[in-house]
Amino acid sequence: MSVTSAAVEAVWRIESGRLVAALTRITGDFAAAEDLAQDALERALRQWPADGIPQRPASWLMATAKHLAVDAYRRRLTLTRKLPALALETFTQQEGDPMADVDEQLDSIVPDDLLRLVFLTCHPALTTESQVALTLRTVGGLTTREIARAFLVPEPTVGQRISRAKRTLAQRHEPFELPPAAELPARLGAVLATVYLIFNEGYAATCGDEWTRAELCHDALRLGRLLATLQPDEPEVHGLVALMELQASRIPARTGPGGEPVLLADQDRRRWDQLLIRRGFTALETADALGTGPYTLQAAIAACHARAASVGTTDWRRIVALYTVLHHLTPSPVVALNRAVAVGMAEGPERGLALAAPLADEPALSASAELPAVRATFLQRLGHHAEARAQFHLAAERTTNARQRQLYLRQADLSAPG
Amino acid sequence: MRYLVLLKAVTTPDGPPPPELMEAIMALGEDARAAGVLLDAQGLQPSGTGTRVSLLGGTISSTDGPFTESKELISYAVYDVRSREEAVEWASRFLGIHRHRWPGWEGEADVLKIFGPEDFAPPPA
Repeated sequence: MSVTSAAVEAVWRIESGRLVAALTRITGDFAAAEDLAQDALERALRQWPADGIPQRPASWLMATAKHLAVDAYRRRLTLTRKLPALALETFTQQEGDPMADVDEQLDSIVPDDLLRLVFLTCHPALTTESQVALTLRTVGGLTTREIARAFLVPEPTVGQRISRAKRTLAQRHEPFELPPAAELPARLGAVLATVYLIFNEGYAATCGDEWTRAELCHDALRLGRLLATLQPDEPEVHGLVALMELQASRIPARTGPGGEPVLLADQDRRRWDQLLIRRGFTALETADALGTGPYTLQAAIAACHARAASVGTTDWRRIVALYTVLHHLTPSPVVALNRAVAVGMAEGPERGLALAAPLADEPALSASAELPAVRATFLQRLGHHAEARAQFHLAAERTTNARQRQLYLRQADLSAPG
Repeated sequence: MRYLVLLKAVTTPDGPPPPELMEAIMALGEDARAAGVLLDAQGLQPSGTGTRVSLLGGTISSTDGPFTESKELISYAVYDVRSREEAVEWASRFLGIHRHRWPGWEGEADVLKIFGPEDFAPPPA
């Protein structure tokens, strides 16, 4: 069987996290470890297509990374970053047999090592863009090219984000440790935020040429599931997984045959992905048993939709109650708007409209397309068609998404008088 | 993208599968689940306990197993991965753990893509 670069990259995707974690532990230097791992990958991409995939690919990559470190040292070459003297000593001592201890070093990687790695790649000192790129490349095992394609940016841009991130971490001398207990909740929050950001980047993709971006939803899901095994006692990790599984279950129904977005109310629920819904329910149960938090509450809301056969039979009162708690925990105009929508569904459009109207003064929503769209929907149900049309037009004006604009304009046309 | 891996036996030595094989299967499954790629996996009973329902010439009929003319299906697994190659790699690893742990056993795994939204991608805007 011929070995393609896609086959090499597949192995890489499976091994990348463990390999970088092992190398970071040996070298004590994440940036150097990541460089070495990438160099090993490049070598694999050159050699494996000719020689075949080695029987133990992880060991091969590890041994090669060590070889490369020793080589660089011997030839007095400067690596992109200098290895700490201690790490070099470790490497050169094994010069005779770089394969020595390779398997042990890989086997000794414990879940905490991977967790340390995620805390590093989502470090709050990094920019959001860098966190995303570094996490996807190191923990998710994506190539720079894949990340660039998913985010619709040039490959060198992703490369720069990653080098900048590694430089920042190196300058801070970030230890390869779990954050101290006092910092843990905030640091875990940063990790979850990064994962959910990746998910939403994919979820925002709605049209045919954007399916490479939609794959980001699944990258985020896989990262989330990994985190759930690394941090099994944290309710919000399971809450985030539940939220993503449930939201992803709707992907097949979110787009019409012409690529146009389909609103929740109009989706063919038979096309929702039952396997993901089941997984979402299970994750939500786990989260609920451990505690709660913003992700868990949002997952519980998503679960209300997943359980309902239609908009009409949805438990809107429960959704209102969940949004009320969510707004209490994380007050924001966006949550208030979502709550207004739910209230409008549970108690009638007048009530929804009354809650939505004052939100127009919120700076966060003053330019949003969602607010006029929500008001338009309620106005329409109240029979105020001219006002509804004006609000739909305003929403169309404000949205930056071409597909979304078409949707609003179509709704404006449909809000016929009388 | 999602793949269904169907494992089939070609040659099965007498006796039950060795415990160390079962242990390795569990460990690999745990790895794949932890990595977030294994969504579902189950073993299947021999076709002797199964039934085949068919529609032939306008008639629906059922025949109890075993299905002697086809290879025995042993298990299925559903993977959520980024590429076909990745699903193939997991399937290779699964077969790989049989190699030394159950001498004489031979089998094959079919890696099939499950239709996803990406297969019905509408034309660009």
